[in-house]
Amino acid sequence: MSTHHDPSTDVTTRGDGALPERFDDPGLHEHRARVGDSDPKANKRAERQVVVLFTISILGTIGAIVAYALVPPGETVGTMRLSNLLLGLGLFLGLAGIGLAAVHWAKALMNDHERAEDRHPTASSDSVRVKAVEALREGAKDSAIGRRGVLKGAMVTSLALFPLAIAVPLVGNLGGGWDVSQSKRTMWRRGTRLTIDPSGRPIKASDVTIGSAFHVIPEGLEETEHPLNEKAKAVVLMVRMDPRDIKSEQGEGWSYDGILAFSKICTHVGCPVALYEQQTHHILCPCHQSTFDAADGAKVVFGPAHRPLPQLPITVDDEGYLVAQSGFDSPIGPSFWERLT
Amino acid sequence: MSTVDSPPAPPTRTTRAAAATADYLDQRTGVGNAVKEFARKIFPDHWSFLLGEIALYSFVVLLISGTFLTMFFVPSMTEVHYHGPWAAMDGVQMSEAFASTLRLSFEVRGGLLMRQIHHWAALIFMASIVTHMMRVFFTGAFRKPRELNWLVGFTLMILGLLAGFSGYSLPDDVLSGNGLRIADGVARAIPILGSYVSFGLFGGEFPGVDLIPRLFTVHILLIPALILALIGLHLLMVVLHKHTQYPGSGRTDKNVVGYPLFPVYVAKAGGFFFVVFAVIALMAATMTINPVWNYGPFDPGVVSAGAQPDWYMLFLEGGLRLMPGWEFVIGQYTVSMNILIPGVVIPGLLFTVLALWPFIEAFATGDKREHHVLDRPRNAPFRTAFGVAYLTAFLILVLAGSNDLIATHFHLSINDITWTFRVLFFVAPVLAFWITKRICFALQRKDRELVLHGHETGRIVRFASGEYIEVHKPLDAHERWLRVQHEPRRPVEIEPAEDSRGVRRKGYRIDAARRRLSKVFYEDRIEPVTPAELAAAQSHGGHDALPLAHEERHEELTAGASGSRHLAPEPEDTEGTQGTQRH
Amino acid sequence: MKALAARRHHRSAPVVLLLLALLLTGAVYAIAQPASADAAQAAASESDVAAGQKLFQANCATCHGVSAEGREAVDGGAGGPSLIGVGAAAVDFQVGTGRMPAQMNGAQIQAKPVQFDDEQIAQLAAYVASLGAGPSIPSEEQVDPSKGDAANGMALFRTNCAMCHNAVGAGGALSQGKWAPALTDTTPTHIYEAMLTGPQSMPVFNDANITPDEKRDIIAYLDEQRDGSPGGLTLGSLGPVGEGLWAWVVGIGLLIGASVWIGAKSS
Repeated sequence: MSTHHDPSTDVTTRGDGALPERFDDPGLHEHRARVGDSDPKANKRAERQVVVLFTISILGTIGAIVAYALVPPGETVGTMRLSNLLLGLGLFLGLAGIGLAAVHWAKALMNDHERAEDRHPTASSDSVRVKAVEALREGAKDSAIGRRGVLKGAMVTSLALFPLAIAVPLVGNLGGGWDVSQSKRTMWRRGTRLTIDPSGRPIKASDVTIGSAFHVIPEGLEETEHPLNEKAKAVVLMVRMDPRDIKSEQGEGWSYDGILAFSKICTHVGCPVALYEQQTHHILCPCHQSTFDAADGAKVVFGPAHRPLPQLPITVDDEGYLVAQSGFDSPIGPSFWERLT
Repeated sequence: MSTVDSPPAPPTRTTRAAAATADYLDQRTGVGNAVKEFARKIFPDHWSFLLGEIALYSFVVLLISGTFLTMFFVPSMTEVHYHGPWAAMDGVQMSEAFASTLRLSFEVRGGLLMRQIHHWAALIFMASIVTHMMRVFFTGAFRKPRELNWLVGFTLMILGLLAGFSGYSLPDDVLSGNGLRIADGVARAIPILGSYVSFGLFGGEFPGVDLIPRLFTVHILLIPALILALIGLHLLMVVLHKHTQYPGSGRTDKNVVGYPLFPVYVAKAGGFFFVVFAVIALMAATMTINPVWNYGPFDPGVVSAGAQPDWYMLFLEGGLRLMPGWEFVIGQYTVSMNILIPGVVIPGLLFTVLALWPFIEAFATGDKREHHVLDRPRNAPFRTAFGVAYLTAFLILVLAGSNDLIATHFHLSINDITWTFRVLFFVAPVLAFWITKRICFALQRKDRELVLHGHETGRIVRFASGEYIEVHKPLDAHERWLRVQHEPRRPVEIEPAEDSRGVRRKGYRIDAARRRLSKVFYEDRIEPVTPAELAAAQSHGGHDALPLAHEERHEELTAGASGSRHLAPEPEDTEGTQGTQRH
Repeated sequence: MKALAARRHHRSAPVVLLLLALLLTGAVYAIAQPASADAAQAAASESDVAAGQKLFQANCATCHGVSAEGREAVDGGAGGPSLIGVGAAAVDFQVGTGRMPAQMNGAQIQAKPVQFDDEQIAQLAAYVASLGAGPSIPSEEQVDPSKGDAANGMALFRTNCAMCHNAVGAGGALSQGKWAPALTDTTPTHIYEAMLTGPQSMPVFNDANITPDEKRDIIAYLDEQRDGSPGGLTLGSLGPVGEGLWAWVVGIGLLIGASVWIGAKSS
């Protein structure tokens, strides 16, 4: 329809004597009666519905207890699923019955007349405030704290310091031995055999065909004092490609006839970077999609990682099994402040 | 209306017992005061006020189901070999934490149900906190005197995040274990202290043997204690301030209109607890959640596709996925911006703005009054648009955190998705802000239109002269009040920079900044219709004979110059427009 | 004719004719489609190799070369790797899952309805196997899930497979639009062959890496996943993202619905 009056940024109000500046509040709505308020049969019906709902709850609870007794989880997925379902449905009915009954009761049967209550300003009244300030002033005078600056300072200092007596031992003990340089060292040494994760079988170079991806742990992992801690630094991903496809490596002679081994701990935030795309030679981390090119020194080609995966120099021993030439030449895993020191 | 007062019934045994109990307690606690004060306290009624209750009740469900779980869960990383009904794990070496989780799931009757109730309740707890926070934000319920309660609620949200993260890490499975590995990586990125923070958390190197027991204490004692205390404070303040209410007839900043606590809200809110619990139980009975038996016990060399944290942590995950690999070295020291920015800077920024929003808005408006009547979101266009933009930024991060699932489901390249979200993270919130603000203005204009001209009835009337007009039905006073009750928001007026003697006054700088901010907020605005404007509209078109303070009712068919003509409704229609109910 | 045509002409005649034509085309297509029967693998014979060669020339040589020596993709034309030495297993897998003959050049060649029947696949496999020694099709016993140890299978699956295919084989994303498919509908034989031959992006898991018994264990583990979950619906086994979505949609959805009901005035 027409807009004879442009409503957009009209600001000025006309303080016409005859018209109020703002509209008046029309006051509360008139109460609208429910069917059940005037019709006793409807009211009775609502009551019956509430009773039925409570009854459903009782039956549900009983059902849950019966299911507990008669339907154990058993040995198969099917029996476990049934037990879970019956217990859960029993509980559901037991709860829903009560909830729906209570709400239906409130809506259909309870007095539904709206009422208004006054709010009081949140702040305490002026007289109360005066009394409060007076109370504090009297108390301060009684405390004889006066202008005793040294006293105040000593009190504050002692209160501020005493938590340290607990906090320092607590925090100090949290870190175990606090030997943070451990993160820079792994258990790979010269001559450590590469073995399959998790069986621990050593790997012959001749068993590694082009296009393979082996998940590798160092020999002797299970015999260490903290196998999981060592594994968290020592896992390696080993792949084989046609040697002609290798564009670069991190060190001269670190691969063996197209077999390359890289640390499996992502240099971003530490997930196992375990996906190997055989055709593109890309190693992909599933956590944040950092992508490393195994044919090019595991350089980062996409994603939030910054540094390439450290390469493990490998060769074969006299029996033909793959072994490490040395440990990694840089700390594996995510970066940290003192990584390069 | 209330029933006719009948003489009190003679006391039954129950009432006598109740009276005796009440007397006993009152003599020892003075509880009568509390009963008098609170039993018939009025609370306003609106469905959106129940969102916070979903959070409260799901927390209670968490406590109940959690207690059940603590009876059977063993928070230890000692290695054991599993022997039990689950064939795929038979003989496998795992931590006691994982083994006890399997036992809970497969051998304890109702154990799996309780685990699933606990985890679904956790997801719903966080989702309802976010929904409740959105309601509070978009209706301006955080304004004075509730700024502190907003801070309490914000803290509860952060504690909820920590509770969830520590909780789902307890079973020591591959999925949550990789989440802990990522947390370790993020901790290590902290300059100077990173390695020490990492060692402090894990008691040494990752994964160590201390983490699960420590998380257990954090998860069942420290965080729930804090949450309970803050919930108590949160509710205390609601009672102290009384609940806010939506605008409407009879609702002012000086009253609260609704129903008494006892019996209406005891029934409705109490019943709602059972409904919340029932919904969670239904989900736990039918939908699998966190099937740790499929992920397997944590092993630092193992990871599964679809490695994500629970939904409420996805914003961090998405940030980590989107950030390009920026890292630099100062001397011998490494600074990993690719982790610090999405892990610390961006969440820090976003959360700080969220926490401080009541104070930012108060600064911009210079408004020092108490507010107990809520805003309709359209009447606060800047705030609403900002909120939508903020949510958009979060949503982009959440979607970015799920980028591999988006890739598999929609057959897209994960690399393309990542690039798209990198751009959208910056572009989409700006777009969302602009669109939302325009929508708010449009809705406000629609409200003005309605007040000035009434509802379109669809009745077309043709005059003898050949003109056609549509009859409009004027709004009744209640409908109109809803649309005109809000205060117009204008940029603050500040005193001039110099006083009458040309001396620069103190505090001008801050005032000028405030005025600048407030102009950004409120320069674009649509103000509510005033009686004068309505009178002007009527005199132009004379379409609805709304009885005004001093004017008589007039019906006219004005072939006016301005070209808007609306037929006045029949006299019977306009009889007593004030005070009657209309739809 | 004119009179006839005039009588026959109805407004909806073109539509009806079009529908009939579509139905007819569909029916003819359905009938003419080669049915996929599940016959047992026949032993390779001279005639099999010859028949396989004929099939090869007709369907595969364009991309893989006349003697399966491979062809470079030149100027947008089709190309394919050499098949000498890929073995019968590779052919059985690729053709048996419908990936070959490849029709679409997307990020990755995907499985689609199988174009040959079992006898033809066996013949193709026999022909390719005759070109050079390569992995052979596993026997029934080698892929029988009931003979495998699911616990060991799971341990192996977690280390070697879950990062691409997801913890229960529901599939996962690789880079640049490639993906690791879901394994829920893959037959045990095809799973074995895929491990052995390393199709497309998948690495090769030869018998030294994952022994034949270990391969069977993995098959046993995957077979168990078909029983579903003890917790109820699996929701696609997608992990926390799926769970979060359902928590919002079902949980918050139902609860907001309940809130609206509670807050509404009763009639």
